[in-house]
Amino acid sequence: MSDLLAVETPPGSADAVGGVRITPVDAVGLEQRAASLCTRSIKTSSKAAALELAIQVMDLTTLEGADTPERVQALCARAGRPDATDWTVPPVAAVCVYPELVPVAAEALAESPVAVASVAGGFPAGLAPLEVRLAEIAWAVAAGADEVDIVLNRSAFLSGRYQKAYDEIAAAKQACGPAHLKVILETGELGSYDQIRRASMLAMVAGADFIKTSTGKIGTSATPPTALCMAEAIRDMSEQTGRAVGLKLAGGIRTAKQAWHYLVIVGETLGLGWLTPERFRLGASSLLNDVLMQRSKLRDGRYQRREDFSFD
Amino acid sequence: MSIRLSVNKTYKQFIGGAFERSESGRSYPVVGVGDQLLAHAVQGSRKDVRDAVAAARSAQEGWAGRTAYNRGQILYRVAEVMESRKDEFCAEVLRAGDGQTEAAAAEETAAAIDRWVWYTGWADKFATVLGGVNPVAGPYFNLSVPEPTGVVGIVAPDEPPLIPLVSRLAPVIVSGNTAVVLASERCPLVAITLAETLALSDVPSGVVSILTGHRGELVPPLAGHGAVDALDLTGCDADLDADAARQAAATITRVVSASAAERQWAHEAAQSPYLIDAFCETKTVWHPKGR
Repeated sequence: MSDLLAVETPPGSADAVGGVRITPVDAVGLEQRAASLCTRSIKTSSKAAALELAIQVMDLTTLEGADTPERVQALCARAGRPDATDWTVPPVAAVCVYPELVPVAAEALAESPVAVASVAGGFPAGLAPLEVRLAEIAWAVAAGADEVDIVLNRSAFLSGRYQKAYDEIAAAKQACGPAHLKVILETGELGSYDQIRRASMLAMVAGADFIKTSTGKIGTSATPPTALCMAEAIRDMSEQTGRAVGLKLAGGIRTAKQAWHYLVIVGETLGLGWLTPERFRLGASSLLNDVLMQRSKLRDGRYQRREDFSFD
Repeated sequence: MSIRLSVNKTYKQFIGGAFERSESGRSYPVVGVGDQLLAHAVQGSRKDVRDAVAAARSAQEGWAGRTAYNRGQILYRVAEVMESRKDEFCAEVLRAGDGQTEAAAAEETAAAIDRWVWYTGWADKFATVLGGVNPVAGPYFNLSVPEPTGVVGIVAPDEPPLIPLVSRLAPVIVSGNTAVVLASERCPLVAITLAETLALSDVPSGVVSILTGHRGELVPPLAGHGAVDALDLTGCDADLDADAARQAAATITRVVSASAAERQWAHEAAQSPYLIDAFCETKTVWHPKGR
C-alpha cells in the first residue's frame, strides 16, 4: 500500500494528505462505539427536538430518471412547508435534484429559505471526461444551485491515483465558485474504514465544504460506523487545521430512529456545534414522511398510517 | 440411567412471520388447570402492536392480490398442518381449559379444524354469493364486488381457547385482509401453537401476527392505530369495548363484535359467509351497456 502511495501521492506521505495526518481506524472499536451510540434512548421532549432538528438538516432528495419539473415543484413546496396541516414544522435545509432540474427548483424556491442543491460532475459514477464534469458543475451553479454534490473518482482513488482524485476535487471546487461543494465518497465502494478515512481526508484537504457518504445508487449506503468514521476524520481535520468541514449522510436513511441515531453520533463525536444545517445534513427522500409520522404520534398519541402522508 | 430434563417451549409472539420476544422484554405467567404454571408468555407492548400493524399493512396488498383460488389453497394447507398436529392442539386445549374432559378437548380441536376448512372453501365463492349484478334503471351493467377492507385487529375471546380464535380469524383473512390478533390473555399458548402451523403453511409473512399480553395495554394502541381498518372486539369486556370503540371512531375504523348466536362457538351458527362480508367493502362498478 505504501508503495502505491509513494508512486503517486497527494502532497504528503503515506499516512498524511497535504500535511494533515490520517489516523488509522480500529475497525472493531469503531463498530462497537457506533453500535453503543445507537442504543441511546431518546424520548418525549428530546425526541421532539431531535425530530425538529432532523427536518432542519434534511436535504430532500429526488434523483430519479423519472423526475419531472412538476414533481420537483411539488417537492419544493413540501420542502418549504413539510406538513400542510401544521405551520410549526420548520422547512428543510435544501432540495437536491439533477442539474437539468435546478432552474425549476431555483424558481420554486426563490422566495424560500430552502437552498437548492444539485448533484453534478458525472453523478453517480464520476467517470465522464473531466472537462465535461467541470462544465456540468459550472452549469448547475449558473442555473441557481447553492450547493453542488459531486462524486469522488473512485476509479482513480481505488487504483492508487490519489493525486488525480485530489486534483479533480480541487478543480471542482474552483468550478463551484461561490456554491458549497459536497464530495460524495460512495463509502460502500471503498472497501475498508481506513480507505473511507483516507478518502475523507483527501476530499477535505482538496477543498470540500462537506463530505458525504453515498450516492444512494448502490446497495450499501450510510451506516452508523461509516458515519462515525467520517465524523472522526472531520474532527481530526478540525483539530489539525482549524477548518470545520460538514458531514452529509445519505442513502438508506428511512426512519426517524435512524436519523436521531446519526444525530447522536455526530453530536457525541463533533460536538453540538456540528448539529446545524451549516455543518450537518441528512440526504433522504422517504425519511421526511417517517419523521412527520413520529411527530404526529408524539402530538396525538396515535399511530398514523403511511397513506395519509405524501408519496414523494 | 440419567433422568431426562424436559425441554420446555418458549412461547414467543408471532410478528411479521417471525417468532419474537417483546420489544419490552417482559413476560407473564400463564396458569392452567388447578392454577398450575404452564409457561411464561410474552407480555407484549404497544410497540409490538405497532410492528405487527406495519407488517400487516405491507403484507396486505400482496395477500389480497393473490387469486382467490390460491388463498384457498394456502389456507387449506393450514388445516392440513393443524390436522397433523391435532394431538398437540388437543393437549394444549386440555391444559389450558376449565376442567374440560379429554373428549371435549378433542371435539373442540376437530371442530376448529373443520371450521378452518369451511372458511377455506369460501375463498373463491364468497364474492359470487355476496356480490352480483344489480338491476339499474339505465343502459349500464352495474356490478357489486366485495373487496377486503385492509388490516383487521382481532381481540380474540378468552375461552375456550382454540375454536373462537379460529372462528374469528379465518373469515377475516380468507377474503384478503391481513390480521393482527391479540390472543386470549388467560389462554395465550394455544394461539402461539396456531401461529406455528401458520408459519409452517405457506401463509405469507405478516398476513397474520399474533400478540400475547395484557388486554388493557394492547387494545388501545391497536384500536387507535390509523393503519387498522377494522376491529373485531369480540374478546373485549364492556369497559374496554367502549374505550376501544371510541379510539376506533377517531380514525374511522369499522368495529365488529360477535353476536350471541356466533358465540355458540361449536355450533354451526358461529360460521357464516356474512362474517366474511363484515370485513369487506363493497365496490360497485358502472359500465355502459352497448346496444
